[in-house]
Amino acid sequence: MNINEIQDQIIEEFAVFGDWMERYEYLIDLGRSLGPFDEKHKTPEYLIEGCQSKVWLYPSFENGIITFSAESDALITRGIVALLVRVFSGRTPAEIVDANIYFIEKIGLRENLSPTRSNGLLAMMKQMRLYALAYKSKQEHS
Amino acid sequence: MQLAKSIEEIRADFPILSTMAHGKPLVYLDNGATTQKPLQVINVMEELYRTTNANVHRGVHYLSDRVSERYEAARETARAFINARSREEIIFTAGTTASINAVAFSFGERYVREGDEILISGMEHHANIVPWQMLCERKRAKLKIIPFSDEGVLDIEAYRTLLTERTRIVAVTHVSNVLGTVNPVKEIVAEAHRHGIPVLVDGAQGIQHGLVDVTDLDCDFYVFSGHKVYGPNGIGVLYGKADMLNELPPYQGGGDMVANVTFEKTTYNVLPFKFEAGTTNFTGAIGLAAALDYLSALGREAVAQREQSLLALATAGLSAIDGIRIYGTAPHKVSVISFLPGTIHQLDAGMILDKMGIAVRTGTHCAQPLMERYGITGNIRASIAFYNTEDEVEALVKGIRRVTEMFV
Repeated sequence: MNINEIQDQIIEEFAVFGDWMERYEYLIDLGRSLGPFDEKHKTPEYLIEGCQSKVWLYPSFENGIITFSAESDALITRGIVALLVRVFSGRTPAEIVDANIYFIEKIGLRENLSPTRSNGLLAMMKQMRLYALAYKSKQEHS
Repeated sequence: MQLAKSIEEIRADFPILSTMAHGKPLVYLDNGATTQKPLQVINVMEELYRTTNANVHRGVHYLSDRVSERYEAARETARAFINARSREEIIFTAGTTASINAVAFSFGERYVREGDEILISGMEHHANIVPWQMLCERKRAKLKIIPFSDEGVLDIEAYRTLLTERTRIVAVTHVSNVLGTVNPVKEIVAEAHRHGIPVLVDGAQGIQHGLVDVTDLDCDFYVFSGHKVYGPNGIGVLYGKADMLNELPPYQGGGDMVANVTFEKTTYNVLPFKFEAGTTNFTGAIGLAAALDYLSALGREAVAQREQSLLALATAGLSAIDGIRIYGTAPHKVSVISFLPGTIHQLDAGMILDKMGIAVRTGTHCAQPLMERYGITGNIRASIAFYNTEDEVEALVKGIRRVTEMFV
């Protein structure tokens, strides 16, 4: 599946929820099921500091594919982190750089990625793109 | 003590309280961040722009005279509200932060030298930390901190030993914006004065909860913001004893603060104008006076009593929830309650409450050193005003119960 197919899949999953409470409960479940994050990567280098919650993002790059693992200290934030990892992880740098992210808005979580919320999520998304750009230019120069 | 109006009448004075948030009736419990404004304030400001707008102290014309009179009447209202001795001791500023910065600069220029000490408490808002740190950096002075107990009570014994011959000023908050603690500022002032040290009291969270009498407190400076006492944004007060203010150099230069300007030498205007450079926020000042009048008419002691009874209800309701941790259990506190439900992150709880229409503050509340003292990254703060209802407090307690169920 490409990035847009995954986004459409997420939109479909969220479409079954009647109200915000169900959506948030689902996000909490997603947050709980987010894969483990290696404690040794919980360093300032991989920390994306929000005023309200913290996000850690660790990239690795192998065979032209970027894998992200991520973590947050707040559970709903973690749920959204899980969605972003699902969309962006296991992609080529070019796919990430060219991606148009629309699912957040469609599933009614736009406010969580506003600059004023300061939960680390917007910065996390920017950071994922920056890693992709860096790996892309590395590819082009090697 | 009875409020002069019924709760229904009071709520009708604050149109914003009937807002629907996410389809639910708004429960506004973020009054520590900013308070809502009654029609009496909104209307006076609108009326000013419609009928009485001109620059103050500048013109000889009809409108300028009228607005200048009302501006000075607002100063008198503020003076009476905090029981200052004279109206020249009331400086209008942009707010608490601006007031503290003004004192830190002017006082620092006049009195602080290398190796001197500035004494603040460990429960200060960043606004009463950073300006003093900046002063200490400029002058190579030292910042000393009064510790406090787990309950949120200042250690007065430690305070006494921290007052030294190098201490130049003490700056403490009247009421902690996180813990709700009402500090014994009268005692703190008396102790400092025994050593000839002046005291600034940060009244940002004190002014709205009852009586403030600066003559009784005998503090040298008392500062507060209009928007936290049901008045407009961008206006605040710096109260200073006249003798002290006369000694300090102005911190901003410009129009109205001068007596005579030549390119060789400028002489300064008298108090309070010496500290009010430029066109002041006169609409804000007149709006603030309307807010203070509103509180006085309602009965300030009755306001405090009502808030205490709502605080007791909130404390009892929240305490009954398993695993809840309340930060700030001082015997003398205002209607501010900070807490964490179990191990649930404050942001998670705040987001769920928001969807229920309940507005609280989450995070560090601009008091990071305080959070560090408790070893937490932040918490949830409900701050209650007299216009809140028992039902709203119940909604908060029910909301937190729901949150704890969702996150088990």
